[in-house]
Amino acid sequence: MKILTLVRQVPDAEARVKINAGSVDLEGTTLVIDGMDEYGVEEALRLREGGGGVEEIVALAVGPKRVEDALRTALAMGVDRAIHIETGELLDPIALSRIVAQVAQAEGAGLILVGGQEADWDSQALGAATAERLGWPQLTWTNELQLEGDRLTGRHDVDDGNESFRASLPAVVTTQQGLNEPRYPTLPNIMKAKRKELRKDDLATYGVQPTVRVVNAEIQTRARLNRMIDGKDPQAAAEQLLDLLRNEAKVLA
Amino acid sequence: MILIVAEYAGGKLAKSTLEMVTAARESGREGPVTVLVLGQGTAEIANAAAAVADQVLVADLPALATYNAELWAAAAAQIAQEGEAHTVIIGGSRSGREYAPRVAVKLDAPYLEDAIHLASTGTALQAQRYTYLARVTETVEAEGPVVVVSVKPGAFAPAAPLAAAGEQYDVELDLPAARVEVTGRSVEKTSRVALTEADVIVTGGRGVGNPENFSLYVEGLADRLGAGVGATRAVVDAGWRPYAEQVGQTGKTVQPKAYVALGVSGAVQHLSGMGKSRYIVAINKDAEAPIFKVADYGIVGDVNQIVPALIEAARK
Repeated sequence: MKILTLVRQVPDAEARVKINAGSVDLEGTTLVIDGMDEYGVEEALRLREGGGGVEEIVALAVGPKRVEDALRTALAMGVDRAIHIETGELLDPIALSRIVAQVAQAEGAGLILVGGQEADWDSQALGAATAERLGWPQLTWTNELQLEGDRLTGRHDVDDGNESFRASLPAVVTTQQGLNEPRYPTLPNIMKAKRKELRKDDLATYGVQPTVRVVNAEIQTRARLNRMIDGKDPQAAAEQLLDLLRNEAKVLA
Repeated sequence: MILIVAEYAGGKLAKSTLEMVTAARESGREGPVTVLVLGQGTAEIANAAAAVADQVLVADLPALATYNAELWAAAAAQIAQEGEAHTVIIGGSRSGREYAPRVAVKLDAPYLEDAIHLASTGTALQAQRYTYLARVTETVEAEGPVVVVSVKPGAFAPAAPLAAAGEQYDVELDLPAARVEVTGRSVEKTSRVALTEADVIVTGGRGVGNPENFSLYVEGLADRLGAGVGATRAVVDAGWRPYAEQVGQTGKTVQPKAYVALGVSGAVQHLSGMGKSRYIVAINKDAEAPIFKVADYGIVGDVNQIVPALIEAARK
């Protein structure tokens, strides 16, 4: 069985996000492999190490040239090879799912792992949209996963708690915190990753257009009062805070 | 027609459904606002939906007794097609955002996800949404014979009842077999108000010290204020609190009137889940904690000293 693991490249959580001419400008921003996607890469490796009959793990990324770095990270973690569909086009999850489904079919993948909500587009749609295109079931927000033959079992979060599940491959699994602790690539593995296959592919092959246009982007920080209350006298501070919440903000009765 | 898929919990129509009705009316899209109720034993929910909608479609079927992404997607897409809906609105809950993309793919429609504002411009539907861990507000638009939208909880005001209740109709569905088998379920129950519906939330971080202090101070203050209880990822990872209470990128997104952060440092992943709260209060002994940058009211001090005083003062 082959696992396809999807990788996005996002700003480091501590990086400042800049806007230029109505769109997010990542020039000069520290970019990393998305944390949730990293759980997916790690889980693929663990499923193989756990003897789940995983023959190959392939990482896929769609995006500009710089996205290679995220794929190199996945390769250094232990993924066997990578596919990079190079494009500057901004593709929404519904459009992107069309590419992912085509790659999954061409590769004969039996399991797709993708982050539950990546830190750039704050979207949860890619896994589900890909599953629908392939006619596969999906397990979202998974924090525990086992693979035996073609049978998946595990646990995932739902609206009001969590569920244990059972499903058969092929399937799409979206990952999240708690699923595992991603490994750091070691120096030998980083060196080895340089020799692994990173195949370039052309967006035109997939015949995909964005279905959503980005009209504008802005940093909207709500102006905050930033009023500091002296905490040296806890009693006085508590009373002052309650007074402000009741009579100035009017958010407490 | 505008098709809304009802959300409900514990046998009651959820506030999010009323918010979706407002979103539909504010979107500038034409046609009757229709609510689809999927489930079993949903009469009360359908009645509540009829109070705010032009019409209600009811699929009361044993196969829909529990939520399933593939079934919900199949049902919503079928009704959207049969009813020639041009707009399908789904809740921005975890489950809503799980099946909405499938509906979009089934209908070959664009998908505007987690919208906080909707407007029609010419032939397009325009939506605002947060991106980059909620640090950016993006305006996106899409057009087509049908557009699928999910609506962020708390972003729209709940709709008020109409003068006359909408008509209710039963609908037939051709549903696939469920392929994901649920083998166990753990519902994290709390006697307190649900985080996504709370007007006031008291959240504790690692700075609270330990689980006992969390109960004493975070829960103590929440109970005093009639508030929901939240926790940071660090607290949940440490096993002090259940995941259901987690606020942030990997937890819940909340937007209360007042968010009281106790011993919370303010990592960007946490801010992405609560940064849109109307008022933010921070109490932390580290004056350099990033939470103070987004706070309306801040106290630099020890939670263990300030909060008991706060609980005492709130009693008055």
